[in-house]
Amino acid sequence: MKRRPASIAVNGLLALGAALTLFPLLWMLSVSLMPIGSANSFPPPLLPLHPTLDNYRTLFERADLGRFLLNSLLVSTGITLGSLACNLLAGYAFAKLRFAGRERLFGLLLAALVIPSQVAMMPLFLLARLLGIVNSYAGVILPALASIYGIYLVRQFARAIPDELLEAARIDGASEWRIFRSVALPLLRPIILTLAVLTFLTAWNDFMWPLIVLTGKDHYTLPIALASLAREHNQDIELMMAGSMVTVLPVLLLFLGLQRYYIDGLLLGSVKG
Amino acid sequence: MRRGALAGWIFTAPALVVIAVFFLLPVLAAFGLSLTDFDIYALASLRNLRFVGLDNYATVLHMPLFWKALGHTLYFVVAGVPLSLAASLAAALLLHSRLARWKGFFRVALFTPVVATLIAVAVIWRYLFQTRYGWVNYALGWFGIHPIDWLGDPRLAMPTIILFAVWKNFGYNMIILLAGLQVLPAELYEAARLEGASAWAQLRHITLPLLGPTLMTVSVLTMIGYFQLFAEPYVITQGGPLQSTLSVLYLLYEQGFNWWNLGLASAIAFVLFALTLAVTWILLRFGRRRGYA
Repeated sequence: MKRRPASIAVNGLLALGAALTLFPLLWMLSVSLMPIGSANSFPPPLLPLHPTLDNYRTLFERADLGRFLLNSLLVSTGITLGSLACNLLAGYAFAKLRFAGRERLFGLLLAALVIPSQVAMMPLFLLARLLGIVNSYAGVILPALASIYGIYLVRQFARAIPDELLEAARIDGASEWRIFRSVALPLLRPIILTLAVLTFLTAWNDFMWPLIVLTGKDHYTLPIALASLAREHNQDIELMMAGSMVTVLPVLLLFLGLQRYYIDGLLLGSVKG
Repeated sequence: MRRGALAGWIFTAPALVVIAVFFLLPVLAAFGLSLTDFDIYALASLRNLRFVGLDNYATVLHMPLFWKALGHTLYFVVAGVPLSLAASLAAALLLHSRLARWKGFFRVALFTPVVATLIAVAVIWRYLFQTRYGWVNYALGWFGIHPIDWLGDPRLAMPTIILFAVWKNFGYNMIILLAGLQVLPAELYEAARLEGASAWAQLRHITLPLLGPTLMTVSVLTMIGYFQLFAEPYVITQGGPLQSTLSVLYLLYEQGFNWWNLGLASAIAFVLFALTLAVTWILLRFGRRRGYA
């Protein structure tokens, strides 16, 4: 009987926490469906009296939101596919292929992990200018095509592949590329999905570098477009909430669909150092 | 053996080239850049570029705005990190409790802000904390509290941003701490219960000490992240009111990419980097002394 109050307290607190984390998101959905001007009243309405998709229509027809959505999809997909290829190859090599200086090189990469990315940004911008990729998709994609953290994750995972398996394939005369493709990759499947979700979400949500390198509207990704809209349309709550919905929804759905893989990656990277 | 070596280099080459060209070389170049007076004229023609030694660093350290920004950043770190960790730990303990129901749902619900696009939720935050029509003031009104000018009052803007950061980030460490809790030996708790130890005593004398190393790692990582405060004030307050939410990284962005003082901005980057390293080192030493490797 003593457990009843404790149980109510624990579950009550959890429910309160969940309400606090979800309320802003649900409120965004609700306001995005309100007619222009109706959210700015007192008391602030919770649900739309006359739900409408007008705000979404306005954003797609007049604010070019479709273009930004496509830009975001293009950039994030490009980064995900490209960095998946680079990180898988490198992570596997650091775990399973012997070459001179391997450990020292990997140690160097890990040490570089302490350098915040902003330190590189000023020269990176000059480099982008030199390469002619300022204000282009390539300007966002190229620098993100490999990540030390991604290589580290793959390496951690690939170390569990038994050497005998690879050795057996070598004795059978398979090339290293063949071994990677037919023996290692199938075993790396879980980490591929994990890395794909992590990379896609990071790329989608990235802000500072795209803000710097995308100097014109044409190539804006959703977060950059949203930040710029927020400065122009400060008063139009309903419009801004519809824009936020379009920005958040794809990543939320992706996360809900693949949460197991996302959380596995988060734990693999931080606890089992 | 030889074959493996060649393959090793070929397999790592694409990633290494990307990391070297787009990260490591720029970092080295940034140090060089911080020793020059690179500005908008140099952007037009490199003939306007001069070597100035450590002048930029001297300028930064004599800039009142830099100290102001540093103060705000430290405020954000010193208040934000413990609050975030407290929220993460509380949530993890609740989720770990044997009394908790619908764990799967609660875990996802509490984690959702972490994956939500920062810019989008920052925009939501701006409206929720609006003085006249915002929900926060409306809800406080039920308790007889008068409307508060959250984002317009220089004393309250930073606390509001800290609240936002806690809301946005606590789920991340919650997951890591929860995983840490799940591997703690159950026998210890059995023994403690047999001895009649209260839940609070178990938390203080078993859970927290055993979770120490994880807590240490998580606080260092959170702190490093919080030193890089930028997007939150950029969207929520634009550094205002009265520059009260201007952070070091925000200052770097303005100097570098609004005024094109890339030399000065690079110096700011290195000062921030050095500071982060120093604080990390101190925290780790403190942790080691208490026995967390």
